[in-house]
Amino acid sequence: MIDLSTLTIHACHQLLQKREISAVELTRAYLDRIERLEPRVKAYLHLAPELALAQARQADARRAGGEDNPLLGVPLAIKDMLTIKGMPTTAASRILEGFMPPYEATVISRLRALGAVFLGKANTDEFAMGWSTENSGFFTTHNPWDLTRVPGGSSGGPAAAVAASEAVAALGTDTGGSVRQPASWTNLVGMRPSYGRVSRWGVVAFASSLDQVGPLTRDVRDNALLLTAIAGADPRDSTTMPLEIPDYQAALGQDIRGMRFGLPREYFTEGMHPGVRQTIIDAVATLSDLGAHIEEMSLPTTRYGMPVYYLVATAEASANLARYDGVRYGHSAGADTMWENYRQTRGQGFGPEVKRRIILGAYALSAGYYDAYYLQAQKVRTLIRQDFEQAFAQYDALITPVVPIPPYKIGAAPTDPVEMYLTDILTLPTALAGVPCISVPAGFIAEDGASLPVGLQIIGKPFAEATILQIAYAFEQATLYHRQTPPLAHD
Amino acid sequence: MTPAYELVVGMEVHAQLLTQSKMFCGCSANAFDTEPNSNTCPVCLAMPGMLPVINRQAVAQTIRAGLALNCTIGAEAVFARKNYTYPDLPKGYQISQYELPQCSDGWIEIDTAHGAKRIGITRAHLEEDTGKLVHADGVSLVDLNRAGVPLLEIVTEPDLRTIEEVNEYLTRLRQLLVTIGVSSGDMEKGAMRMEANISLRPAGSSSFGTKVEIKNLNSFRAVRNALEYEIRRQSAVLATGGQVEQVTMGWLEHAGRTYVQRSKESAHDYRYFPEPDLPPLAVSREWVAELQASLPELPLARRSRFMAAYGLKLADADVLSADRGVADFFEATLQAVGGVVTPHKVAHWIMGDLFRLLNEHNLDRIPIPAAHFAELLQLVARHVINANTGSQVLKTMFSSGESAARIVERENLAQVSDANVLESAVQSLLAAHPDEVARYQAGKTQLLGWFVGQVMRETRGKANPDLVRQLLQKYL
Repeated sequence: MIDLSTLTIHACHQLLQKREISAVELTRAYLDRIERLEPRVKAYLHLAPELALAQARQADARRAGGEDNPLLGVPLAIKDMLTIKGMPTTAASRILEGFMPPYEATVISRLRALGAVFLGKANTDEFAMGWSTENSGFFTTHNPWDLTRVPGGSSGGPAAAVAASEAVAALGTDTGGSVRQPASWTNLVGMRPSYGRVSRWGVVAFASSLDQVGPLTRDVRDNALLLTAIAGADPRDSTTMPLEIPDYQAALGQDIRGMRFGLPREYFTEGMHPGVRQTIIDAVATLSDLGAHIEEMSLPTTRYGMPVYYLVATAEASANLARYDGVRYGHSAGADTMWENYRQTRGQGFGPEVKRRIILGAYALSAGYYDAYYLQAQKVRTLIRQDFEQAFAQYDALITPVVPIPPYKIGAAPTDPVEMYLTDILTLPTALAGVPCISVPAGFIAEDGASLPVGLQIIGKPFAEATILQIAYAFEQATLYHRQTPPLAHD
Repeated sequence: MTPAYELVVGMEVHAQLLTQSKMFCGCSANAFDTEPNSNTCPVCLAMPGMLPVINRQAVAQTIRAGLALNCTIGAEAVFARKNYTYPDLPKGYQISQYELPQCSDGWIEIDTAHGAKRIGITRAHLEEDTGKLVHADGVSLVDLNRAGVPLLEIVTEPDLRTIEEVNEYLTRLRQLLVTIGVSSGDMEKGAMRMEANISLRPAGSSSFGTKVEIKNLNSFRAVRNALEYEIRRQSAVLATGGQVEQVTMGWLEHAGRTYVQRSKESAHDYRYFPEPDLPPLAVSREWVAELQASLPELPLARRSRFMAAYGLKLADADVLSADRGVADFFEATLQAVGGVVTPHKVAHWIMGDLFRLLNEHNLDRIPIPAAHFAELLQLVARHVINANTGSQVLKTMFSSGESAARIVERENLAQVSDANVLESAVQSLLAAHPDEVARYQAGKTQLLGWFVGQVMRETRGKANPDLVRQLLQKYL
């Protein structure tokens, strides 16, 4: 039996290339493991064993026919925000229960063309609104590093799937940190690409000006591989940029000696867990040892990230979620009158966090409040973007923590939503600025007998994914935290 | 209208644009009379994750309309989301240009009793149509075939002062949009839908009264009737010292009255904000210049030219320039007759016989080539056939599609101008009617017409009437 616990895309590729294993065998191995571990991890909302095996058989046939690429026959988990033909898409919301899209996301088509295998749809907070998967309309996913804790979110399902070796790698979505934060909490590499780098077509919208699809992988090389596969302009998404995709693999292994990194002091917030602080201090020392120049600097608008994000994201969400009305697809309450059916369908279909954000967003856009809230937020968003522009005039990248705290116990989240929103305070300004960032494993905090992963965030210039991959790879190879596996790795 | 009040009207016209596909997806833009919901796709059904892509042709058509309306064309246009809930609006918002429209600050010229007048165009912007609700047997059904069809919304300044001006504006606007190929102008298919903003003010006042908006006016007649109704209603309110309330009204065609849809307090808050799925639309000067060059001569310019170049009267020039097909036909005919027939004669034939035949056949396009029509007019001008025969030949041309010359030849309709032939016809006629000859010679010269008619009948209308008259006078 093959050991899946540390298996990467590039390792799979070698095994498949050398015919040491077939895609069908590999897929079966993951399906078996999923069956064993899912009762404890609950990473998937929907599994598609038949479709996955059919794809694996095709991949084997294609490889037998002489075809080859690193993703051909590699089993992946896909966050339930992305549409895949033949599988339901719910965004973990009751309002979309049973919805089967007659289309699939551009990024999925690209992966399908390469012959990747889709194991199923992974859990998320409802419409990606949350940090823990506790807002899922169906169930909460458990963190493979400590099953009593949340995996982070909203891409907690895909992160847990990869961390528990229930998939080789995964795709998540990041609106305000939803790839980076769960990556940090599950010892994975999580990338939020530049806004416009990856197509959003076929991805359930939460906040259109912020949503980006990003890879969740076991190491940086896998991340570069998966990004290469999904990146690029899409005529069906007018916000994608018609830019060349650099050779991300080529960036790996290149020296970071002489690079200049900024360490924004605003990211070391009050209330930060001392273990997280120490982890980042150690990481900075490692990067220094690798020859980079690191200095403290300031991103003065950082503290506006949270209020600006929660105005812009909720405003856009209030419109994006208006389509779920029970008229054309998804849940419908079946009430007698039109308005009553709207009320009941949405009342029953949406969870409390989604409702809270719709109301907040509609309020920020309403007559008399628009200027003070939405418009003001857009102005400050410009200032935040300028903050980063100025920083990148001096630095090749910025180094920060990803989350101020380690993963908390399921059900033990701060009860005050505003306090809770502080969880993603370090991932919001970058999302607003549209810059690429990556979370890379940086160490562990021992707490209650558990070893809890901590990630390091590397922030790059717009469309400089190659640079942050290069830095992340250098750091990863110098530290090898990514090779550590959770307690259930061999269960 | 009570002369104590002056009418102030601003119009909003929604014109469906002539494009291949819908505003933001690949579905057909021409879905009239198709199976409900057959002309839809995941994008216009607003399925999760679907994104709009701007229809370039719709933008081009909007800019062309803006240029024809003398508007400033924005270098950048921004689409916004207009949020409201209704089953005919799949996304729960309509994508519409709001703060930065494609076209602004233009004008259109209309004729009024006091001469030409410019009506200000506030803006002309692009948006998408909604679907339709069909109410039947106590249930409402949703048809989204029309959802997402490109719409051009044209908004005027409150510059219209009489119902005649409103009607003239709508007529000129429709003429313009149809001429430049931006809209079919087909009112019966809902290609143009109107809203009127109406207020009254004391005659001589320079401030505006309270505005009432009347929605869903689907014909020029409905606009006229609704305005007449509102003028009566508002005059009565004002005359008794009352205040007109600022409301949005609908028009009940069958009942012939307006009704309040929404009060000011319950007005929608559309929560407009820039559409994040679409970056601002940049329009290059080069493209605008290209589109400007693609515009045909506009109706009013053509009317002036018809008067100046061909010596037509205003009324005739107006009729001939109103429809691009007719105007082109007129000029093509003129060119083909090569000076043998005067512009006045060509105009006369088009507005007379040709229009009558179009009406009889219920056609909105002239079915015969201008070259055939020109040939017919030449045959008449050269006295090969007379005018009456010409009318008959034209009728045949409509039904058979043959050329005039061919019909004349086949049916042997050429006018008989051979003096020998006619001379014997005249002689035998006179021989057969000695009594009439005697009465004529006794002074009853009015009988000449009768003799001419008899010869024409004998020759089945082909005789050259002038020649017949000469011969009769010679032998009588």
